[in-house]
Amino acid sequence: MVDRTSTAAIPATGSPVGGEPLVVLDGVNKHFGALHVLRDVDLTVHRGEVVVVIGPSGSGKSTLCRTINRLETIDTGTITIDGKPLPAEGKELARLRADVGMVFQSFNLFAHKTVLENVTLGPVKAKGMNRAQARDNGMALLERVGVANQAGKLPAQLSGGQQQRVAIARALAMNPKVMLFDEPTSALDPEMINEVLDVMVSLAGEGMTMIVVTHEMGFARRAAHRVVFMDGGQIVEQAQPETFFTAPRSDRAKDFLSKILTH
Amino acid sequence: MTLSDYLDQFAELFATFDVLGAFWQIVRLTAVSAVVSFVLGTVLALMRISPIPSLQWVGAAYVNVLRNTPLTVIILFCNLGLWAQLGLNLASPTSQTFFEQNNFRLAVLGLSVYHAAFVCEALRSGVNTVPVGQAEAARAIGLGFLPTARLIIFPQALRGAIAPLGNTLIALTKNTTVASAIGVAEASALMKTMIEFRPDVIIAIFLTFAIGFVILVLPVGLVVTSLSRRLAVAR
Ligand SMILES: Nc1ncnc2c1ncn2[C@@H]1O[C@H](COP(=O)(O)OP(=O)(O)OP(=O)(O)O)[C@@H](O)[C@H]1O
Ligand SMILES: [Mg+2]
Repeated sequence: MVDRTSTAAIPATGSPVGGEPLVVLDGVNKHFGALHVLRDVDLTVHRGEVVVVIGPSGSGKSTLCRTINRLETIDTGTITIDGKPLPAEGKELARLRADVGMVFQSFNLFAHKTVLENVTLGPVKAKGMNRAQARDNGMALLERVGVANQAGKLPAQLSGGQQQRVAIARALAMNPKVMLFDEPTSALDPEMINEVLDVMVSLAGEGMTMIVVTHEMGFARRAAHRVVFMDGGQIVEQAQPETFFTAPRSDRAKDFLSKILTH
Repeated sequence: MTLSDYLDQFAELFATFDVLGAFWQIVRLTAVSAVVSFVLGTVLALMRISPIPSLQWVGAAYVNVLRNTPLTVIILFCNLGLWAQLGLNLASPTSQTFFEQNNFRLAVLGLSVYHAAFVCEALRSGVNTVPVGQAEAARAIGLGFLPTARLIIFPQALRGAIAPLGNTLIALTKNTTVASAIGVAEASALMKTMIEFRPDVIIAIFLTFAIGFVILVLPVGLVVTSLSRRLAVAR
């Protein structure tokens, strides 16, 4: 049984938290065939909050992320973004997806488009922004993530770290209310992890609401307001990063942490 | 027989019969049917990859029926069924060249609906070469199904589909000869006439048409190979 009182708890420290609820999952259940991947998940993320989701492989972290912009449907429960329930399909859904930026483990940059085109496509085609403005915004965002000098190249010509930073810029170009990151650094060579984490930390510092699936404890400590521990499709425990890493309450979290801390 | 004897025979054949006109008819049939079947095949492929089950079903049913029906049957049906029985005129009945035009268009119709099934499957095999993350990323930035297909999936799928599309075009070129079944004066119709009137030079006649088709089809293969090399998507 999930302890509902602790799930609702908001960390006492951590700057911007205390804003109104932005992403609210209520009683979410999801099956893949017979497999129950999300079990009665309740999660509230407030405006400006940075939540790190952690847990063993197969615990449903990616699925959780993907249900929030409805890349996966849910069986029961509700998900609301900024007070609006996720629409079923069509234009309404596409519009709402634009409010939720997503960064994938495998970058998923559009392979046939240049870096700049990757960043301007969404604003121009989904939001109807004029090209010149989208271009200016796009260049500013590429500048911000440190890859402006690669604007004319194709994604395959960039390093993994650069590609992931472009992917972050692409998501930011839609001016989203919340950003989802699904293991953004786990496909990267070690020397490139920090360049991506640094961008994410600065984003968190600017008050972006973020849900980040990652095992990078350094990032969680530096930037997160809350760590959510998942196992077997359930939210088992959540706490401030320091508390969670030093004094986990559940046995499953203790067990998991002992495994990831040994290497 | 010496080579010069053959050359004399070719010269004679070209002087007596409108060989170039007959091949020109092949080119026209191929070009128009290629365009129509590409458009139709694209629509079918969109239906098959769409999230709407009823559209998927219609697309799949179309492909499976048309692809498994002999082309001759389809072309004859266009003529005897659609036109003779159901009165579908594709040209103005008062026109001087009504039969010529109408038969040509009926042939294009038959060739197009048949080859569209192959175009659809070629495009779909191309779509399968595009990683699913591409579509997910497009949906995640708020693009709907059609913009995602048009801007992200098809441009990449097309590159992966060039080889099977080229094969379909080559098959189409050769399959246009079936149009003679409904009286379109294309190359194979002329070949039959020539064999009837000049059975004495039969080898030269066969060579004329074999070489003619090779000349038509060979460049398609070459262009396809170089295109698929040049347009490969780097990942
Ligand atoms: N499309 C799918 N069809 C069927 N089963 C799936 C699908 N996607 C995920 N699963 C299963 O659902 C469970 C949860 O998967 P999910 O990817 O959410 O886990 P995760 O916590 O992200 O794991 P990891 O750390 O390995 O990324 C796993 O058992 C997985 O095999
Ligand atoms: Mg995952």
